[in-house]
Amino acid sequence: MHMIAVNAIAALGGWSIGVVRNAGSAARFFIAIVARTFHALRRFRLVRDQIHFLGNYSFVIIVVSGLFVGFVLGLQGYYTLRRYGSEQALGLLVALSLVRELGPVVTALLFAGRAGTSLTAEIGLMKAGEQLSAMEMMAVDPVARVIAPRFLAGVIAMPILAALFSAVGIIGGYIVGVQLIGVDEGAFWSQMQGGVDVWNDVGNGVIKSIVFGIAVTFIALRQGYEANPTPEGVSRATTRTVVAASLAVLGLDFILTALMFSAS
Amino acid sequence: MPPRFLPLLFRPPLMNEPATAVPVGPLVDISDLRFRYGARPILSGVTMQFGRGKVIAVMGGSGSGKTTILRLIGGQLRPESGAVRVAGQEIGALKERDLYAVRRRMGMLFQFGALFTDLSVFENVAFPLREHTDLSEQLIRDLVLMKLNAVGLRGAHALMPAEISGGMARRVALARAIALDPELIMYDEPFAGLDPISLGVTANLIRSLNDALGATSIVVTHDVAESLSIADYVYFIASGKVAAEGTPDDIAKSTDPFVRQFVDGAPEGPVPFHYPAPSYASDLGLAEATTSAVNRSASTQCT
Repeated sequence: MHMIAVNAIAALGGWSIGVVRNAGSAARFFIAIVARTFHALRRFRLVRDQIHFLGNYSFVIIVVSGLFVGFVLGLQGYYTLRRYGSEQALGLLVALSLVRELGPVVTALLFAGRAGTSLTAEIGLMKAGEQLSAMEMMAVDPVARVIAPRFLAGVIAMPILAALFSAVGIIGGYIVGVQLIGVDEGAFWSQMQGGVDVWNDVGNGVIKSIVFGIAVTFIALRQGYEANPTPEGVSRATTRTVVAASLAVLGLDFILTALMFSAS
Repeated sequence: MPPRFLPLLFRPPLMNEPATAVPVGPLVDISDLRFRYGARPILSGVTMQFGRGKVIAVMGGSGSGKTTILRLIGGQLRPESGAVRVAGQEIGALKERDLYAVRRRMGMLFQFGALFTDLSVFENVAFPLREHTDLSEQLIRDLVLMKLNAVGLRGAHALMPAEISGGMARRVALARAIALDPELIMYDEPFAGLDPISLGVTANLIRSLNDALGATSIVVTHDVAESLSIADYVYFIASGKVAAEGTPDDIAKSTDPFVRQFVDGAPEGPVPFHYPAPSYASDLGLAEATTSAVNRSASTQCT
């Protein structure tokens, strides 16, 4: 009995040390990236190439998903609003749902699954192929040359993709609500124009997507950088990216929503 | 032309440099070096000197710590104790910025080339030039083609790493390693997996590049014949220590059992071929069967 208690305390201690060490390592890595973002900005060509790369990876899935989410919002919104005779507010419901919540959150989840995994696999394979070590031996800092441009690209690409998602989603809601169901087109757009605030709704949505971009891209890059340099290690790191980034997005969304929209 | 480009074009010291600029002593000096991965000791008191302008081979069995020595010289690993000095600077004590400054004077050929898979052969060799110099595109092109010509791959400059063989990748990596005309060139298993022609050409290339650049070369390898043909000095590593050392002539004449086993490729000797294990018979369950058979035979005789 005594030994079981000692082992449990030792396991708890080991776990606590692991958590603190992991948090410290993540914080150091984040600071290292942020400290090198100026270097990355000076060589914007590297950032531009990565924005193109990440954007291309995610563009189709974001647009198609946005369209279908818009279709569903149009249908569900119409069924719900009709009960209260408020189907004219369908445009407002679709737009607010997308720019405040679904645009940033769903885009971040899709970005984690598509671009995040490719970032993790790319960095992990560079590590396994000793490319990062070779860079170090050539007196080139891999965090400055490889990690920081990808981080900046992810942070820049994310709000652009979220905006695309929301815009396409609104078009999807319009197609279903106005073109198929027959909601009044003028009411659809005017309610939206009158009810959506640029700063409180669109602005906060953009801030959300930037925060999600930071979280998802950082998690993806760190998982790749810390991956065991083996096929199994890279595979596990890729899986961890999806799980950790998705949970981080949902957790951050709750915190940000509570902070941003509690007064409105 | 900015001074930082001068080493590329004028490797030997300039005529008007003061006499004090001429360096003395070994370029790399390792003293009582100890290193372990976790609880597993790798190096336990290694002392070596790598003289300027020399080609020095470091040989030893797999897992003997040869590559670890290169990583300690390059500052990618920090020693547990002891010192690694490159051009008089203790690598383990350097700050990151100073370490990167020292690394600019080094070139390293990795075992599998470590080419950047998203860049062409040309761009791989141009990479260090683009990162560390402001040379014009025309000059970079000429330098890259010269380096690729030295390794016989000028015609492959437009190919991607996935389109060339492992041996060619190693040669491209060699061209990249010497792109900035380093003072110290480290080779990690440069002969592994090469066909006989490439092997001979690579060995001669290591020697001729070293002499042409006035560099110091450290060649970590298993290949005894090629190493002895190009090296000025040889170290043998075993059990975390320098087991033997000397010139290629000394090594060829050595009667040391370790050196003989390694040079002759003998299966029996001080270096065991088998990883420590219980007896083969007991692992196959034959020991028990033999014992039972003996016991049965004894009991039959008794009756």
